[in-house]
Amino acid sequence: MDLVQLQRQLVDYRTSLYHEGFLDEQFTQLQSLQDENNPDFVVEVVSLFFEDSERLLNELSKALEQQVIDFKRMDAQVHQLKGSSSSIGAHRVQKLCIVFRNYCEAQNVEGCLKCLQQVKHEYGIIKTKLESMFQLEQQILNAGGSIPV
Amino acid sequence: MGLKLQQSYHHSVTVKVNEQMGTKRGYTFIQANRAWLPKFLLLWVMVMAFLSTWIYKKMDADNKVRRKEVLSTMCDQRARMLQDQFSVSVNHVHALAILVSTFHYYKDPSAIDQETFAEYTARTAFERPLLSGVAYAERVVHSEREKFERQHGWTIKTMKREPSPIRDEYAPVIFSQETVSYIESLDMMSGEEDRENILRARATGKAVLTSPFRLLGSHHLGVVLTFPVYKSKLPPSPTEQERIEATAGYLGGAFDVESLVENLLGQLAGNQAILVNVYDITNSSDHLIMYGHQNQDGDLALLHESKLDFGDPFRKHQMICRYHQKAPTSWTALTTAFLFFVICLLVGYILYGAAIHIVKVEDDFHEMEELKVRAEAADVAKSQFLATVSHEIRTPMNGILGMLALLLDTDLSSTQRDYAQTAQVCGKALITLINEVLDRAKIEAGKLELETVPFDLRSILDDVLSLFSEKSRNKGVELAVFVSDKVPEMVMGDPGRFRQIITNLVGNSVKFTERGHIFVKVHLAENPKPMEDPKAETCLNGGSDEDALVSGARQFKTLSGYEAADERNSWDSFKHLVADEELRYDASVKMKAADEASQSVTLMVSVEDTGIGIPLIAQDRVFMPFMQADSSTSRNYGGTGIGLSITKCLVELMGGHISFISRPQVGSTFSFTTVFGRCKRASFSDTKKPNAEDLPSGFRGLKAVVVDGKPVRAAVTRYHLKRLGMLVEFANSVKIAASACGKNGSSCGSKTQPDIVLVEKDSWLSGEDGGLSLRTLDRQQNGHVFKSPKMILLATNITNAELEKARAAGFADTTIMKPLRASMVAACLQQVLGTGKKRQPGRGMLNGSSVLGSLLCGKKILVVDDNMVNRRVAAGALKKFGAAVECAESGKAALKLLQLPHSFDACFMDIQMPEMDGYVYHIFNIGQLTI
Repeated sequence: MDLVQLQRQLVDYRTSLYHEGFLDEQFTQLQSLQDENNPDFVVEVVSLFFEDSERLLNELSKALEQQVIDFKRMDAQVHQLKGSSSSIGAHRVQKLCIVFRNYCEAQNVEGCLKCLQQVKHEYGIIKTKLESMFQLEQQILNAGGSIPV
Repeated sequence: MGLKLQQSYHHSVTVKVNEQMGTKRGYTFIQANRAWLPKFLLLWVMVMAFLSTWIYKKMDADNKVRRKEVLSTMCDQRARMLQDQFSVSVNHVHALAILVSTFHYYKDPSAIDQETFAEYTARTAFERPLLSGVAYAERVVHSEREKFERQHGWTIKTMKREPSPIRDEYAPVIFSQETVSYIESLDMMSGEEDRENILRARATGKAVLTSPFRLLGSHHLGVVLTFPVYKSKLPPSPTEQERIEATAGYLGGAFDVESLVENLLGQLAGNQAILVNVYDITNSSDHLIMYGHQNQDGDLALLHESKLDFGDPFRKHQMICRYHQKAPTSWTALTTAFLFFVICLLVGYILYGAAIHIVKVEDDFHEMEELKVRAEAADVAKSQFLATVSHEIRTPMNGILGMLALLLDTDLSSTQRDYAQTAQVCGKALITLINEVLDRAKIEAGKLELETVPFDLRSILDDVLSLFSEKSRNKGVELAVFVSDKVPEMVMGDPGRFRQIITNLVGNSVKFTERGHIFVKVHLAENPKPMEDPKAETCLNGGSDEDALVSGARQFKTLSGYEAADERNSWDSFKHLVADEELRYDASVKMKAADEASQSVTLMVSVEDTGIGIPLIAQDRVFMPFMQADSSTSRNYGGTGIGLSITKCLVELMGGHISFISRPQVGSTFSFTTVFGRCKRASFSDTKKPNAEDLPSGFRGLKAVVVDGKPVRAAVTRYHLKRLGMLVEFANSVKIAASACGKNGSSCGSKTQPDIVLVEKDSWLSGEDGGLSLRTLDRQQNGHVFKSPKMILLATNITNAELEKARAAGFADTTIMKPLRASMVAACLQQVLGTGKKRQPGRGMLNGSSVLGSLLCGKKILVVDDNMVNRRVAAGALKKFGAAVECAESGKAALKLLQLPHSFDACFMDIQMPEMDGYVYHIFNIGQLTI
């Protein structure tokens, strides 16, 4: 009974993530790529994303603190971030990256700073959400259940 | 490319024209000599003119000959008669001479005196009609003159009535006929003519004639005949001297030749036509005329001379005859010749006209042929132009579509996205149209070549159905396919084109059908006739009371119960087909072996719908390109109307023909036949083609019961299940199924225990107690058997409420949405029975995921991306399809990996990577890669 509840909780949680726009189709696709040959595919990819994103965010923060800001480089980095976020379906982060790139192109320091904050914020949220989702899944698996589609 | 195309086209046209010229060489004789025709005509006319002249001449000559003959006969006749009469007279004179000698000289005294002589001669004058008179002159020598004069009492006078001068001898007339009494006592020897005559006569002893002269009395031309009278009998063959010695006197007579001839001619016919002249020709240089006018008139051209023999060898006479008039123009000859000429002229002209006509017709014919060639060339050019243009449009169009797709991937505002999506939809529609036009043009240009590869017909039909499943489901139209068991599993042909045909037909049906069903049926065209035994049913319930199931509205025994245009597809005939296959299965094994010996198989495919149908007036132009039933059709349903014409072309290319039966508001059934090659079993079992879908074999031997009130639909369901190797039975309703199962269960034989029960939604809903019996069924099974059959609901479309109800009723296992496809059914069954792999991930039943799973099997792929996450995702996705993936994070690294020789089959690369430009070039340069 507990298991069923957990499963339902997971489904509900995941649905809410989609509904609130944190995740999009891409994440579903990602899940569909996971099978018995590759059981931890999603977690693996998402962890990669976390690592990569944190590195990029750090670099961006540093870049903005510089006297002379290398907007071109920043643009490339934001592009990277946008790419990886869209790869895992982190919808909100991806959207923000688009805005961010526009500021980079316009060489708007103010905008860039604001965007960086927002991206960091969104990244934090998605990271927490995904981690808690994985935890839920782990619980279900530990309880011997299967993860509902 | 375009230039090359044009060149080759130009070349082909020239070749065609050359060929045409080649056939032109086969001119007829007339055509070859056309320039000579007028000359021929002229020659003909000349020859004919010559001929007719010749005919005229010939006829005229004949006429002349005849005329001449007539003249000569007439002339000879006259001459003979004249001669005869003359000799008769001469003979009389001769007789008279003998008379005188007898009675004057031999009698003494003389018995004749002037009186007697005159009387006698007068009375015998009728004997001598030609002689005007006769007289006798005695020979008196000068010594006897005096005695003579005394004796007669007159003196001898000359012709001029003067006393005669002294001569050697005299010949005074002593006796004379009264008509010439005026010459009595005249000395005949005083006249030159007479003297000569007398001398000649007594020398020869024959009658002699003078040359013609004017007679004393009548002044007519005449001759004098003189006969010698001898005193004594002459010795036989006396000499001249003896004759002269013996001469006693001379008998003379004057011939009035003129009246003689006149008389004679008067007696003969035709004397008017000819002109007769008689001449004395003794002196050959000077002809003396005896009769006729000296001045020559009449027809001088033609004359006939006839010799006359008056008994005087010294004198020669002849008769010359002439026609009075010139020869009349020969009208017969003239007319004949003229008519002949005219007829020949006409014949010549007719022949000439005919020849001219033939020449003209042949010219026209050649001209037409040339025009035809040109028209065909133009047609080919048109098609080629269309093909080229379509092709040239397609290339940039693909660019546009690609760019639109890229554009849609970027961040767009909703309005922009809407615009871009509209553009993409329009572009796709355009490219579909262009592809169709290209197809048609290709077919028309004869450039479309069909490939011959082995393919699985059933899986292609399934694919096409899956294409339209969404649409048909939304419309609530039932879409089904049925392939006869006799159709070989693999056939040789062009799967792409076959798919195109089916897609076109089904697409049309889906477009025009709002209710009812669309049913694709494939069977062998040379199917044996339906079984005679109609009871050969495989339904559990005999299948005769379907109508009872649905009370009220009349039901047709078609797939969905709607009326179809072509009755042949209704259950009544369809069941024979099915039953036939069932019953004859064993027998057909042998037949199959025989069938396989033949190289090809002819299939009959029909696509039946219950749509709006085709209006009767439009039915005959359905297959014309760009024709739709009427213009409102395209407004309501869209489309260009090119699909069916392409379909027809394709069907004909595949060696079949297409036809249709349609009734407005009832539906249409398109049927076509097509010829495929048989595929050797061995050849396809070891080389599985990728289009041959693998159906899982885990269901072999399973038993299923199909609960469906509509036999056709049940047959379709069974067809799909049979493909999975399952044994299928029919039940008309849930109740029957339940009872059947129950019976089986209680009799605990359980070898016919069904593993699966498939229930059609209609059957389930129509039965009031559906749910109940189902549960009964369930329970019964639970009570007796270890494993309960799985319950599966079949539905075309289902509402959520119905779904809930179904769940409640016991269809917990699953619901299969129509249209049925073997692979989809297999997937569902896998899910239900828990056999085989895990559930298919993703939304819905991914058709052919197993195919995809092996799609990239064994391929080695390089993924180049600088984004770690992206790289991982791409690698994951490709691995999912069985590929071996290697990653590179930069172009440089990729280039290193791609140093030849490398083993990659493909390379995926993010072209927006920084520091890319140079590498892209290099990587592209390496080639042999799908990028």
